[in-house]
Amino acid sequence: MPEAPARRSREPRRVGFGHRLSRWDLKLSPYLYISPFFILFLVTGLFPIAYTAVISFMDWDLVRNTGTFIGFDQYAYVLSQPKFWIALRNTFSIFLLSSVPQLLLAIFIAAMLDQNIRAKTFWRMGVLLPYVMAPVAVALIFSNMFGDQYGLVNTFLTGLGLPAVPWHSNAFASHLAIATMVNFRWTGYNTLILLAAMQAIPRDYYEAAAIDGAGRFRQFFSITVPSLRPTLIFVIITSTIGGLQIFDEPRMYDQFGVGGANSQWLTITLYLYDIGWGQWNFGRAAALAWILFLIILAIGVLNLLVTRRLVRDEGSRTDLTPRQRRAAARAARAELATARTATEPATTTTEATR
Amino acid sequence: MSAPTPTTAVALGEHATLTSAITTRPDRRGRRPRVIRGSRPGWFVYASLGVVLASALFPFYWSFLIGSGDAATIRDQNLSWIPGGNFLSNAAAVINDPAVNFWRALWNSIFSSALIAASVVFFSTLAGWAFAKLRFRGSKWLLVFVVATMAVPTQLGVVPLYILFSDLGWTGNIGAIIVPALTSAFGVFWMTQYLQQSVPDELIEAARVDGASSFRTFLTVGLPAARPAAAMLGLFTFVSAWNNFFWPFIVLDRNDPTLPVALSLLQSNYFVDYSIVLAGVLLSTIPLLLLFAFAGKQLVSGIMQGAVKG
Repeated sequence: MPEAPARRSREPRRVGFGHRLSRWDLKLSPYLYISPFFILFLVTGLFPIAYTAVISFMDWDLVRNTGTFIGFDQYAYVLSQPKFWIALRNTFSIFLLSSVPQLLLAIFIAAMLDQNIRAKTFWRMGVLLPYVMAPVAVALIFSNMFGDQYGLVNTFLTGLGLPAVPWHSNAFASHLAIATMVNFRWTGYNTLILLAAMQAIPRDYYEAAAIDGAGRFRQFFSITVPSLRPTLIFVIITSTIGGLQIFDEPRMYDQFGVGGANSQWLTITLYLYDIGWGQWNFGRAAALAWILFLIILAIGVLNLLVTRRLVRDEGSRTDLTPRQRRAAARAARAELATARTATEPATTTTEATR
Repeated sequence: MSAPTPTTAVALGEHATLTSAITTRPDRRGRRPRVIRGSRPGWFVYASLGVVLASALFPFYWSFLIGSGDAATIRDQNLSWIPGGNFLSNAAAVINDPAVNFWRALWNSIFSSALIAASVVFFSTLAGWAFAKLRFRGSKWLLVFVVATMAVPTQLGVVPLYILFSDLGWTGNIGAIIVPALTSAFGVFWMTQYLQQSVPDELIEAARVDGASSFRTFLTVGLPAARPAAAMLGLFTFVSAWNNFFWPFIVLDRNDPTLPVALSLLQSNYFVDYSIVLAGVLLSTIPLLLLFAFAGKQLVSGIMQGAVKG
């Protein structure tokens, strides 16, 4: 042991200014690095959200830029408006018409792209192309194609001998047209996300299934879909949040931007804009914003629960119920913890001090 | 990043991972043979993909078709599928339309999107570096908080944000759309994930032993390592900032718009000439199409990496 005496003979270390500085540097800099996000979020995110709640209980005066407290009156007013319920119906109709076909299509296209095709990057880029286009631009193109009189779609339909569809006067038809815009822009994006998840599925699963005699469809539904579960949840949640906030497409569906003469395609966000910046009533707009948020939250949670039930987890193919599984995991953890403290107390203490 | 994620590794167990390593040994060209579904996809796959590609391209062609015609083209019952020769004059009509302020809108879009993308990339890398590689009290919960903020809809804060900016006298100012977008929760999360995987801790220790300060370590170790992820984050942020409509539409002045807001003004006349509207649509999309042509590959692989893998 030649090192030990050398170490003993060394002078005691002086804690100099540079050393103290670097210790502070180490301690403080992480907070410094994350602070831009938090400061900006505080000012432009958290404060406005909280303040929206405050404003929603007020009768806001634009001239004095302040309000008088009136309790839940704004909420009651918004909920009593027939327009609100129409907007809610429209939003849900458009949301369902866009997200359901979109996800089914995305899974299908992803399954196609997941094959060993030639020119992979070319196809992937082609699928993503619509995503870079501004929703406003997409809306303008499609509202032209869905024109009532001279639109391409109606020309095509009448060419086939079918009746022309009143894309702007019929509520459901307008929802279909707007949903088409959303699907055009987002299907490719969701396809690539699902494709990424598909590529992460180990190929031996399919090998084993094929040996067991499973056909392509069986493989798809028993291996691919269950393995996509977390990704599906992610995609469904994001498309819910986006779909319930839809604004650009319905706003640009005709030149007036008020959601149709009879509010056929008025959505909640379009209604919010109209209350806030058409009627200049900030109290009501704030109340509507909170109502929208609560709806999104509720649908998000519902989505999560439904998706969890519908799509089986790949790791859960046991006879145990989820509760039993959790209990078993708890028991195992507890056992491990007691075993650890009994045999190696040194390890736990070092971990605690770290 | 295409390596099996922890979840799949756990589900497979050690044994299965071992077998997969043996059976899917890369061939001479470095590709992994796909034993079952790999061989050769049939015509059906290419036909479906062809249909998808055609429907992705068609709206672009349609806007060029109408945008290169005149006001009568759209009413033509026997529409010719060959574009007319009026695209340049229609585009000129958009550019010269005093209500649209095209050059101003183009400049505003480029300036704000570039600034937002640069800022988001820098601050996200900085924060991601802290979350991924530095130890500090509360880091775990602060990161959870960052992720949770992603779920909050924009509309929730729009009214007070508008009041705030009108108090500051910023309504109508391009700063009102830049400032709230300077950082992003998604960006922080994305960079944290990436840096966690891509920078070995030994590298940081080595830099510290050499006496580098914390920030210098970030500049010399973190920033170069983050480059691929930063490029993708920058692209994404640029595209979404460029396409953003709701907030700019509320807060910006009609005379000083961004491109989507300017586009929306094209349609606001009582009589809508679609040949001019769609020429304007195409004109405003060209910058992003160019960006996509040059960086589309990056964008694609970015989405592929960012996905939640099972």
